[in-house]
Amino acid sequence: MNLDELYQEVILDHYKHPRGAGLREPFEGESHQVNPTCGDEITLRVHVEGDKVADVSYENVGCSISKASASVLYELVNGSTVDDALARLAEFTELMNSKGQAEGDEETLEDAVAFAGVSKYPMRVKCALLGWMAFKDALVRASTPGRTEA
Amino acid sequence: MEAASKLDVESIRADFPILRRMIGDKPLAYLDSAATSQKPVQVVEAMRRFTDHSNANISRSVHTLGSEATEAYEGARAKVAAFIGAPSPDEVVFTKNSTEAINLLAYAFQNAAFDPSADPRFKLGPGDEIVVTEMEHHANLIPWQQLALRTGATLKWIGVTDHGRLDLGCVPEVITERCKVVSFTAVSNLLGTVNPTSQITARAREVGALVGLDASQSVPHIPVDVTELGVDFIAFTGHKMLGPTGIGVLWAKADLLDAMPPFLTGGSMIKTVTMEKTVFAPAPAKFEAGTPPIAEAVGLAAAVDYLDKLGMENVRNHEKELAGYMLEQLETVDGLEVVGPRVPIGRSATVSFTFEGVHPHDVGQVLDAEGIAVRVGHHCAKPVCDRFGVNATTRASGYVYNTREEIDRLVEALGQVRKVFG
Ligand SMILES: Cc1ncc(COP(=O)(O)O)c(C=O)c1O
Repeated sequence: MNLDELYQEVILDHYKHPRGAGLREPFEGESHQVNPTCGDEITLRVHVEGDKVADVSYENVGCSISKASASVLYELVNGSTVDDALARLAEFTELMNSKGQAEGDEETLEDAVAFAGVSKYPMRVKCALLGWMAFKDALVRASTPGRTEA
Repeated sequence: MEAASKLDVESIRADFPILRRMIGDKPLAYLDSAATSQKPVQVVEAMRRFTDHSNANISRSVHTLGSEATEAYEGARAKVAAFIGAPSPDEVVFTKNSTEAINLLAYAFQNAAFDPSADPRFKLGPGDEIVVTEMEHHANLIPWQQLALRTGATLKWIGVTDHGRLDLGCVPEVITERCKVVSFTAVSNLLGTVNPTSQITARAREVGALVGLDASQSVPHIPVDVTELGVDFIAFTGHKMLGPTGIGVLWAKADLLDAMPPFLTGGSMIKTVTMEKTVFAPAPAKFEAGTPPIAEAVGLAAAVDYLDKLGMENVRNHEKELAGYMLEQLETVDGLEVVGPRVPIGRSATVSFTFEGVHPHDVGQVLDAEGIAVRVGHHCAKPVCDRFGVNATTRASGYVYNTREEIDRLVEALGQVRKVFG
């Protein structure tokens, strides 16, 4: 087992210094996701203005992988267009499902490519995807007015 | 003076090929027997011999293999009965695991609700109460929760103190005249607490309630005698006691089994059948519809033989020593906090802990890189996690094959965890 490959510096840095953490107003969509096997949780809100993701805010408990992943998500999609954000979501999900075969495109995924090593650890892939699942769900809710909670 | 361990751990280890496995370039230290134990060659060999030599369905054929298989299966039942001090093998029902055993019981109550002629002990409705504890594995919580939901009965529980013990002071208030059944864990799979049973069983008797134990974490580790315990039922599971997966046990007193409606119905559980109606076979067959786990029963019998040979008193002493050593050593680790009793009294060799600033998932991952297998998460006991304000813990659990050196490696590797996440 090569731990360094899993716990890349970039990941540990995001874990220790999460970007964009905390829940903020305003928001149109909120999602609460849990990983039932380990009890990790995230509440994530999105604020959409026109075609832009104007804010992503979140509160979470969990392991280094799930927390770092939420932080990286914030950096990637905050301020981008909704379409771009969805493209990153698809790209990151694909990287996580690659079983260590993909490297990820640093041009588009930036810090998130550090998670390539995580894809070799099936038990941890869910951790890495938790925040992204919340983001996807919150976006859906944001486009369905009147529904913020499950 | 503490009794010295009489287990010859080195020769025990030789019976478990998996313990020679390497994880990367590190030898495996398996500290996750509370989740599932490893199996000695004797168990695997007994199952192979049965499969290669005597495999057939049971109770159905006059041919030689059929009668050998039936004998092996019923022999396993008798062995298990003797192991737990059951008065008769007919009181031992084979199930898939503990979870199914507890469901079988809960469904006896539920099915009785639809049967006007059902035994009143199994009649539940609004106003009646079911009692569990706050430290149950979900297997001994959710079936009762569901039963309460469906019958209108109320689920109550005995709380847990800050020290990880049952709050026995509140027993008289929790178990009232309205209580019909008390089901509680003999040993907590998360806290490692070994619960004293007499006060709860006495109170249950006093109010006329049935009382039983989730013995999943006790039968593998301490001598269990159902007659001595004075309970009505216990449930346990083969894979935690050196046996195979796919087989578990419900033991219940004969007169209760007689009164209980069956859970699953179908082949092998009948006396007579017409298109209109069925007369069930007596227990245990009444509760064993369909082809049972036959080779698994043979494996479980071999596991029982193995434990018998070690002597359950010796197993208990060995684990008591391990528990003491684990607690003592883990307490020396900076930032580590044991969740559960901190003294090795009334305690199993299962120790859960939190590690300041590091999530259990990360702890488990770094330990794995050192070859050390522990369990991380909520251990299917969410409510007790909530009770202690933790989302998850890291849990190390020992068994007959574990050594002090493995505990030393665990403690050393925790230093490694600190380094990565420091
Ligand atoms: C206390 C307790 N009860 C019940 C179970 C469930 O056992 P099984 O999954 O074999 O049904 C377990 C093990 O996970 C346990 O530790």
